[in-house]
Amino acid sequence: MNRIVVGAHYGLKDWLAQRVTAVVMALYTLLMIVAVPTVDGYEGWRALMSHGLIRFATFVFIISLCYHAWVGVRDIWMDYVKPTAVRLMLHVLTLLALVGYAGWAIQVIWRL
Amino acid sequence: MTTRNIQFKIYRYDPDKDAKPYMQDISVDIDATDRKLLDVMVKLKAKDDSIAFRRSCREGVCGSDALNINGKNGLACLTAIDSLPIDKPIVLRPLPGLPVIRDLIVDMTQFFKQYHSIKPYLINNDPPPERERLQSPEDREELNGLYECILCACCSTSCPSFWWNPDKFVGPAGLLAAYRFIADTRDQATSERLDDLDDPYRLFRCHTIMNCVDVCPKGLNPTKAIGKIKDMMVKRAI
Ligand code: SF4
Ligand code: SF4
Ligand code: FES
Repeated sequence: MNRIVVGAHYGLKDWLAQRVTAVVMALYTLLMIVAVPTVDGYEGWRALMSHGLIRFATFVFIISLCYHAWVGVRDIWMDYVKPTAVRLMLHVLTLLALVGYAGWAIQVIWRL
Repeated sequence: MTTRNIQFKIYRYDPDKDAKPYMQDISVDIDATDRKLLDVMVKLKAKDDSIAFRRSCREGVCGSDALNINGKNGLACLTAIDSLPIDKPIVLRPLPGLPVIRDLIVDMTQFFKQYHSIKPYLINNDPPPERERLQSPEDREELNGLYECILCACCSTSCPSFWWNPDKFVGPAGLLAAYRFIADTRDQATSERLDDLDDPYRLFRCHTIMNCVDVCPKGLNPTKAIGKIKDMMVKRAI
């Protein structure tokens, strides 16, 4: 018997999160369009990126980017990769890569 | 202008005889009275009666003669022959994404399975009134643009999300029908209907590509209905 089971109740949450994170990224882009032209050389970049607000915004941006990418990339696997085992593996790899990137970005922002 | 010669390229496939599908070149003379593509196809069939296609009402009501006409899904009976370029052959193929039974006839089982999955009937457990369940004219207005669907499958078979996941994604036709019952004030199963669609596949495979809106021969807008379902889910959740 080959029944199709659906009903994983996370459709709305991810769809909404994808929209919200897109807005966050758009706002950050605007912020950068305003901020970057005022930057002058290495010291300028250092000053900009030590600003508490910019660090906070950059952090929120990175988290949004990762979540957005997670939903988007997972959608691609869901559309094109049918075998469950392969798909699960790709999901896990995507997740690990994104978590890694987020951690790395945090390290860069706070120069840990 | 009395008679004209129209060229066709038609997808032919008879699984009992053909190893694989091929395109047949055929032409037919038409008169000024042959107004729609379906009229001309009937002439084609008179010329070569091995060509198989479905049709019934010949006036855009039954939804049986949906095909892929020059690369775009539509109803043969509603497509004016004059609207098609005649400097090159008219290319007819079966609806994409569904298994071909023969020539232009596809197996619609998957499509109707999805339609049935949304429970396309009014759910109301109150004892039926003496005559009928009434609605205010404003409430009835909500159903316009939803109830007119003739289930021709032009939309779902032009939707890439439906091509990749016809078993799990309800598709534009099914979702339009789902919203038709969600929007109906006489229906009492709204939350159950929303619960059923809150799924990464059933509803959220729709990525708003809008192919469905582009092809619907009845001028309906499944994308808008899908958007309204999402709105209701958001309102309910936050
Ligand atoms: S919504 Fe339009 S294209 Fe889709 S099945 Fe209904 S009538 Fe056909
Ligand atoms: S809008 Fe949604 S349902 Fe319509 S064709 Fe695009 S993905 Fe399919
Ligand atoms: S023949 Fe009925 S819709 Fe075209």
